[in-house]
Amino acid sequence: MEKIIEVKNLTKKFNGFTAVDRVNFDVMTGDIFAFLGPNGAGKTTTIKMLTTLLNPTQGEIRLNGFDPTKDKDDTRRSFGIVFQDPSLDDELTAYENMEFHGVLYSVPKDLRRQRIEELLKFTELWERKNSLVKTFSGGMKRRLEIARGLLHHPKVLFLDEPTLGLDPQTRNHIWSYIKDLNQKEKITVFFTTHYMGEAEKIANQIAIIDHGKILVQGTVRELINKTKTKSLEEAFIQLTGHTIRTETASALDQMREKRKFFRR
Amino acid sequence: MQTIYILWLRQVKRYFRSKSRIIGSLGQPLLFLVALGFGFGPIYQKAGGGNYLQFLTPGIIAMTVLFTAMFSGIETIWDRQFGFLKETLVAPVSRLNIMFGKTLGGATVAILQGLIVLVISILIGFRPHLLFLPMALVFMILIAFLFTALGTAIASKMEDMHGFQLIMNFLVMPIFFLSGALFPLNGMPKAIGWLIKINPLTYGVDGLRSSLLSSVHLGLLGDFTILLIAVLILLSIGAYLFSKIQI
Repeated sequence: MEKIIEVKNLTKKFNGFTAVDRVNFDVMTGDIFAFLGPNGAGKTTTIKMLTTLLNPTQGEIRLNGFDPTKDKDDTRRSFGIVFQDPSLDDELTAYENMEFHGVLYSVPKDLRRQRIEELLKFTELWERKNSLVKTFSGGMKRRLEIARGLLHHPKVLFLDEPTLGLDPQTRNHIWSYIKDLNQKEKITVFFTTHYMGEAEKIANQIAIIDHGKILVQGTVRELINKTKTKSLEEAFIQLTGHTIRTETASALDQMREKRKFFRR
Repeated sequence: MQTIYILWLRQVKRYFRSKSRIIGSLGQPLLFLVALGFGFGPIYQKAGGGNYLQFLTPGIIAMTVLFTAMFSGIETIWDRQFGFLKETLVAPVSRLNIMFGKTLGGATVAILQGLIVLVISILIGFRPHLLFLPMALVFMILIAFLFTALGTAIASKMEDMHGFQLIMNFLVMPIFFLSGALFPLNGMPKAIGWLIKINPLTYGVDGLRSSLLSSVHLGLLGDFTILLIAVLILLSIGAYLFSKIQI
């Protein structure tokens, strides 16, 4: 087994506040890796550093052999990402959103067409390819984002809370696609979620992060045994405590609220 | 190149699809043309200024381009937190190309809005000289690029939409009112005269008016040069600030 992501001593400080503190972990090729933690634990900051959006204060990252701080474009070609907030263009059709992505990643025209068809069929959106995305349900949008993230044949797919706000049926559906992908395309999946049941069911490796530090890493079984609990949820609570995290609402949270108001 | 093209295409497609936005944003210039044009027309005529609608229309076209361009630039805030911009920022393309593509798209939309207002004004009674129409177009293009770049620069520095009103009232409106779009600029108090001189839109309005009314004069070359320099400076600032955006 090969390491597709290697993280050594990764640290990120914002004006004296340490968001990520000397974090170490490896992800093997073909893994479904769950990155869990309470709000504000450092998950998103870590993902941002892995995906070239943020430069670390210290430490080293290798993704598919590339250094995200130096080989930005090579790193970017190596992964696909589904953000927590939808990043589709509502005023474009599903096909146009895909096409746009293909052009940005310079996927050659013929291959692009073929791959878009294949992926839209896989996510069962082919019939709706010419509909504007604003007419899509939350689950359809997520599926489209997953399809889009895969268009350029990435080695790793990042999913930041991919099932947030979806009903159980849709959530199951999404996970079955992801599992399928992992098997068919041999793609490594790196995801975050707050639904412990989902992580328990789907992930073969789990890391729990809190206050910027990795508390534990292993399989579900290993984590449960280690904490002497019955489920991942209990293990998680035992490791991270019962306290509810107080987070100051950022500008982004405020905009998220407003967006719900305007767009729904 | 392909990046710039697809970003441009996206914005133009969005523009043509949102019919309500096109019509909605034409309301204000139309209101200005009708209310001010016909309202102040007789007084202006009596004061010996000639036909006010002829004077006013180039100013209103400049206003339309200014507002649309600023707005498409500032929209970047929205886009960057939720949308599409995030998707483009993790793509293997340079930020400079993304910024140029967006600016080109925003400017194109602003120019189209300006042209629609020109057509409407002709229906109301504006009589442009068609000979220098290409030159008027050049000035519209310069105004459009100038303010799309300014909007993008501001948006790169702003965290949310709260500052939007501030920018409208303390930047965009003064730029519009102190540009000679609505009234002739002679006999202004000194301090205001100074503000008018450093306002780049002043040169845009003058250029646009001179070309549309065919009162072409030597100052036109000066207008063009000043605008072009302003565009280049703002594009550089915009590109720099855009490259520093963190999401």
